[in-house]
Amino acid sequence: MAPMDTNIESRTIAVLVDNEPGVLARVIGLFSGRGYNIESLTVTEVDVAHGLSRITVVTSGTAQILEQIKAQLGRLVPVHRVRDLTKEGTSVERELALIKVAGAGEKRVEALRIADIFRARVVDSSHDHFVFEMTGKSDKLDVFVDLMQPLGLIDVSRTGVVAISRGAKAL
Amino acid sequence: MATEQFTGAEIVIKALKDQGVDTVFGYPGGAVLPIYDAIFKQNDIKHVLVRQEGGAVHAAEGYARSTGKVGVVLVTSGPGATNAVTGLTDALLDSIPLICLTGQVPTHLIGNDAFQEADTTGITRPCTKHNYLVRDIESLSRTMHEAFYVAQNGRPGPVVIDLPKDVQQGKIDTYLAPEDVKHRSYRPQVNGEVDHINEAVELIANAKRPVFYVGGGVINSGSSASTVLTELVRLTGAPCTTTLMGLGAYPGTDKQFLGMLGMHGTYEANLAMYNCDVMINVGARFDDRITGVIDEFSPDSKKIHIDIDASSINKNVMVDIPIVGDAGRVVEEILRIWKEKKHSLDAKSLKAWWSRIDEWRAKDCLGYVQDGPIIKPQHAIKRLYELTKDRKPYITTEVGQHQMWAAQYFHFDEPKKWMTSGGLGTMGYGLPAAVGAQLAHREDLVIDISGEASFMMNMQELGTIAQYRLPVKIFVVNNQWMGMVRQWQQLLHGNRHSESYSDALPDFVKLAESFGLKGMRCEKAEDLDQMLQEMIDSPEPVIFDCQVAKEENCYPMIPSGAAHYEMLLGPEDTAAKPISEEGMVLV
Ligand SMILES: Cc1ncc(C[n+]2csc(CCOP(=O)(O)OP(=O)(O)O)c2C)c(N)n1
Ligand SMILES: [Mg+2]
Repeated sequence: MAPMDTNIESRTIAVLVDNEPGVLARVIGLFSGRGYNIESLTVTEVDVAHGLSRITVVTSGTAQILEQIKAQLGRLVPVHRVRDLTKEGTSVERELALIKVAGAGEKRVEALRIADIFRARVVDSSHDHFVFEMTGKSDKLDVFVDLMQPLGLIDVSRTGVVAISRGAKAL
Repeated sequence: MATEQFTGAEIVIKALKDQGVDTVFGYPGGAVLPIYDAIFKQNDIKHVLVRQEGGAVHAAEGYARSTGKVGVVLVTSGPGATNAVTGLTDALLDSIPLICLTGQVPTHLIGNDAFQEADTTGITRPCTKHNYLVRDIESLSRTMHEAFYVAQNGRPGPVVIDLPKDVQQGKIDTYLAPEDVKHRSYRPQVNGEVDHINEAVELIANAKRPVFYVGGGVINSGSSASTVLTELVRLTGAPCTTTLMGLGAYPGTDKQFLGMLGMHGTYEANLAMYNCDVMINVGARFDDRITGVIDEFSPDSKKIHIDIDASSINKNVMVDIPIVGDAGRVVEEILRIWKEKKHSLDAKSLKAWWSRIDEWRAKDCLGYVQDGPIIKPQHAIKRLYELTKDRKPYITTEVGQHQMWAAQYFHFDEPKKWMTSGGLGTMGYGLPAAVGAQLAHREDLVIDISGEASFMMNMQELGTIAQYRLPVKIFVVNNQWMGMVRQWQQLLHGNRHSESYSDALPDFVKLAESFGLKGMRCEKAEDLDQMLQEMIDSPEPVIFDCQVAKEENCYPMIPSGAAHYEMLLGPEDTAAKPISEEGMVLV
């Protein structure tokens, strides 16, 4: 018997599903029921004409578990396609965050200066707060959020990862 | 010309008819009254009234497994649906194709905690292959046909269709026939990968110590799968073992058959698995009852795994050649190539392999001594087998020691004759499953091999047996204990028999008589054959209270946490090999 690989890897998996009631519950229930990790999960309709939604899930596990996750997803009845974007070639991954920072004086100036470096946009502001919008790789968002912490961070909302493969081929 | 109008309830019935359904197992209630009304007005579909919804689902399982068709259940909303949950889970784990129609409160009340409202699709999502809530009558006929397609294609399983009452009562003038409905996405792979099949043939052809390990997938694939598998096994001359669910997929009386494998499997089957060099898994899933401790499972073999469900492959055991496809189709292809290439196994190695197997067989691991007046449970089942085998009976079981003894001492030469709750291990399965099997096979002998504790779990179905005059034979192996629990307590918990005694049992003979059935009690070994014959010959339903030795244990046994070679063959072994602490935490 082949020895089991115990390395934990992270993977981004794209799943094309029928946009029908309960489909997200099915996917989430599969992960919780079988004890798999969800690090991030996004879903929305991507093809209105055909009623298809795309789920992007970032998960982690041993190579064997990751293969199980894909096989389990693949056997859900409303699932059309399952692709491992991490394993099957290269992909672009992005996440969007809205970050609210409150405060005045020095801290406020510093927050704005750092936002500028990170190319975060101000989408809402008053004399005592900013809402920044920022898009990028998740780890870049993590760093920005960390930097805002001492500068009056009060609220964060993040979309989770969306991803698409590089090159001319569709999912 | 006025176009024909159908109510939702009529569409349900029409769709069932078009899907070839002749029997529905159900129980009425407020949320399904329109469907019951539509049933009343027609004669094509027979409704069988059970006594509890749980019974309906197991009956439909028995019907499905003994016919190869889809079993159909009809229950009301709320408690009707929740009572069906155990049966649905049972069918999911054993891959039984079912359609379960559940009533639901009207769409405008959903979410209001209305009377008898339950979130049926939410509750059954993890215990069905798929489920639907039909929100509008327009999608009803499509959903019905889709559900039948999903239930029987790929790995079979239960599908729930939740039907709000207003959808049942609505009217529409269009109906989609089965041939008009094609599922959007679900296309299971049935033909295995050609390269992998070729590799598998080469691997088998070069094997020195091969073994076929066969599961319920072969039975689900249809009778022809058993036929081609049997031909392949015989052509190669290799040994064959089956799982609990696979009994009957290969002839049980054939000389190449090693018996069942696993926790209570035979010594020869388990040691053949441990020592083989090539394992051919056809439609089985490396379940923990089969493998024993995974690290020591068949360490030196190359493994081929044929399964229609890709997620079964490399789940518990990593294999060398995975083949995703229908068991029957893949085996047929292997057989074709085998013949075309005129392969044969190396005769010398095969002979040496069989002589080792014969040594294991010589242990006679299922041997027992019947002496004195007290009936040994093994003996009771063996005699039942001997006296009924010519009639090729349908056998169902409950869960416990009697189930394992039935698997060990009954032999099945054909598929679909054996029905047991394998994956979920549901006590109370066998009695209603026998109802379903008997309804599908009116003229045949149907026997539920039962334990006195399991019997109590769904004994309300005696009413169904009485109402439809189903000549089911309920053979209660009465050891006055939850025997399997007592055995584990003896082996693992210092003989402390906590709450496992079957106290306050009914008088089974009087119980039978109170339902108008025949009751029999056998207490002495010398009476057994004659009384069994009387039961078999009786045209009536019978409850047979077979009083057996109370503290007999089921052997052989691979204790949890142990490997195949660490089997306990009997009480002497048990004393010599205490169970590890790691083993104690396993189920
Ligand atoms: C619904 C359910 N509850 C509990 C169990 C656990 N269990 C497994 S075997 C068993 C005892 C069965 O006793 P009996 O039907 O008399 O069979 P025996 O083992 O004595 O042959 C129990 C309680 C189960 N399998 N199913
Ligand atoms: Mg008992």
